[in-house]
Amino acid sequence: MKKKYFINGNIVDPHNSLNEEGGIIVGEDGKIEGIGKKVNSNNIPSRDKFIDLKGKYVFPGIVDMRVFVGEPGYEYKENFRTLSNAALSGGVTSVVTMPNTDPVIDNVSIVDFLKRRGRDKSKINIYPTASLTVNAEGKNMTEFGLLQNKGIIAFTDGTKTIQNTRIMSRIMNSARDLNSLILQHAEDYELSQNGMINDGLIATKLGLQGIPEIAEIIILERDLALLESIRCRYHISQLSCSKSVEIVRSKKENIKFSCGVSINNLSLNENDIGDFRTFLKLSPPLRTEEDRISLVKGLSDGTIDVIVSDHKPEDEEQKRLTFAQAETGASGIETLLSLSLELYHNGSVKLENIIKALTSNPAKILKINKGTLSVGNDADFCIVDLNKPWIVKKENLYSKSKNTSIENKKLQGKVMNTFVKGEELFKL
Amino acid sequence: MAINSNKAIKISQKHLLGIQDLSINDVNIILDESAKFIELNRSKNKKLDTLKGKTQINLFFEPSTRTQSSFDLAGKRLGADVMSMNITNSAIKKGETLIDTAMTLNAMHPDIIVIRHQDSGACNLLSQKVNCSVLNAGDGRREHPTQALLDALTIINRKKKIEGLKIAICGDILHSRVARSNIYLLNMLGAEVNIVAPSNLMPKDIDKLGVNIFYDMKKGVKDCDIVMMLRLQNERMTSSFLSSNREYYEYYGLSPDKLNYAKDDALIMHPGPMNRGIEIDTKLADDINKSVIKEQVELGVAVRMACLKIFCT
Repeated sequence: MKKKYFINGNIVDPHNSLNEEGGIIVGEDGKIEGIGKKVNSNNIPSRDKFIDLKGKYVFPGIVDMRVFVGEPGYEYKENFRTLSNAALSGGVTSVVTMPNTDPVIDNVSIVDFLKRRGRDKSKINIYPTASLTVNAEGKNMTEFGLLQNKGIIAFTDGTKTIQNTRIMSRIMNSARDLNSLILQHAEDYELSQNGMINDGLIATKLGLQGIPEIAEIIILERDLALLESIRCRYHISQLSCSKSVEIVRSKKENIKFSCGVSINNLSLNENDIGDFRTFLKLSPPLRTEEDRISLVKGLSDGTIDVIVSDHKPEDEEQKRLTFAQAETGASGIETLLSLSLELYHNGSVKLENIIKALTSNPAKILKINKGTLSVGNDADFCIVDLNKPWIVKKENLYSKSKNTSIENKKLQGKVMNTFVKGEELFKL
Repeated sequence: MAINSNKAIKISQKHLLGIQDLSINDVNIILDESAKFIELNRSKNKKLDTLKGKTQINLFFEPSTRTQSSFDLAGKRLGADVMSMNITNSAIKKGETLIDTAMTLNAMHPDIIVIRHQDSGACNLLSQKVNCSVLNAGDGRREHPTQALLDALTIINRKKKIEGLKIAICGDILHSRVARSNIYLLNMLGAEVNIVAPSNLMPKDIDKLGVNIFYDMKKGVKDCDIVMMLRLQNERMTSSFLSSNREYYEYYGLSPDKLNYAKDDALIMHPGPMNRGIEIDTKLADDINKSVIKEQVELGVAVRMACLKIFCT
């Protein structure tokens, strides 16, 4: 690979507290050799060709902590190849995949298969998780230690929650012993039973069973109570309501843990469901505008650490049904960054904070050497035209499934190029 | 009555999916038209040719006695060719989706489809996929517009008006599409609506629909002109909503002593089918001076004839 020089860009690298005009040098080995304002036309060898970014932004490659891929079992929804194309078009260079496949990722033999497929078919960095319990049934713990030895970086039942408190406490004990990271989806099944959307006036009017916010809070409070005595690496995948943000904000003063939020919950609210739009049947559900505003504030003040796409590809057949029968989830990896930038454009969150929640924060929680533009790291980054307007169209999506939650939405800011290990793998 | 062009009747909607979509003008058109059919239904010759040559498909995914037979009769009395799909023997049992069923039926060029479905919003989905009009005969717990219209017609028939009346809707509000449609319609027509239910059967934020909420039935029916009882939908109750039927009757069943709190000339209504001795005292249900339950069934046919006529273009 030839050495590459980029100049006249705006470099945003929260990990290194960089937000300045400058450039980036990518070495022949695909590593970053130089970054920031010192990379300019005056101090690069004149014989080398350079690329003038003309004010475009350079962000570290996005690390998306909650992604569903259909392999194995649901290849018709998404495979590693389509996932990686979708990710690259959105500036995402690393993904954490959920174990809710068929079969569930719960033992070492299937991890080998997954790593092989990920390596052969995907151009981005794949970090598979394994389930916390066998077959994600919430009963018997999986082999955290052995799975970690095979390269599993975190444990989660994905779409599911450990309901049994005793099992949860034992999982936390094991996670502490083995220094494993737990990713919990917070939902009390008894309280959310048959629920489809936020419990409130809209649910009452549409005649749909509601999911009360208390279903999230009960699990959140329970796990944090356990965490006070069993200090392990713990992360709540997605918050959805104002009360959860308050709880996390106050508990973070005493206990170490982290939490995420889906871009859907940051950008949309229950009103968007309108006339039974099944593409907005999500878990956790979209809640009220007040809840959304609280989540945005939580992101802005650092209470919430991570933004995820919660990318859940579902083929059209699973969505062309009544609301009760339709599958839950929306595709979203390729719009994650652009939709997040909406929060910057409308003045609610600083650009550095958004990028931090998409890059260095998840990398830090996962303990992976990604999400930064530090010299010596893999040159995973994207070049973004911060103001370029575009419209989300189903037919332009790279993902195999077209169940976007924001069809026809006008966005501002588009990924122009994405690089992984110094190699340009996406160009608009 | 001669065949008249339906185009003369100006209604704002193509489909009848819910009361929520109707304007007060639409409601008045339907109620006026319904009133015309009451006498006809009581006469010897009940057959018209208003919908001659039109095809009506009744698509009932949930068991129904009165609504289905009412729509069936209404269509036949208007001269339409009525086909009732038997879901238990159809492709739906073989795993066909609602949309595919809709496309199949649509290919047969029906003029109107009447649908009842256990899922809220099923009629909305159907209406997006077919060319003809869709009449909602009840979707999940969302709406049952013709029931609300026939209830309104019954009230008007007896009380000569709705505006200014105080009406209590009591019982299993949570699972009830009848309650929701009635709330929208009665509010629109100027009634004051009281909702009476135990907390476990009260939908969240229902007060925001502009109704008064009561957990004590005596307070809820006090000075009411109409007491509308709802069926306890045991088939939809998945976990412990109530301790027992006898305790429910004690606190929320319509008994003579609770009815005493309503106005002396208060009328009792019930959309049926009734759970006698659970939500309503059996003698009260049959009291010809107070109960208009049979009249509701009778006027139901008139309302459905009006709806079929208006929406069957």
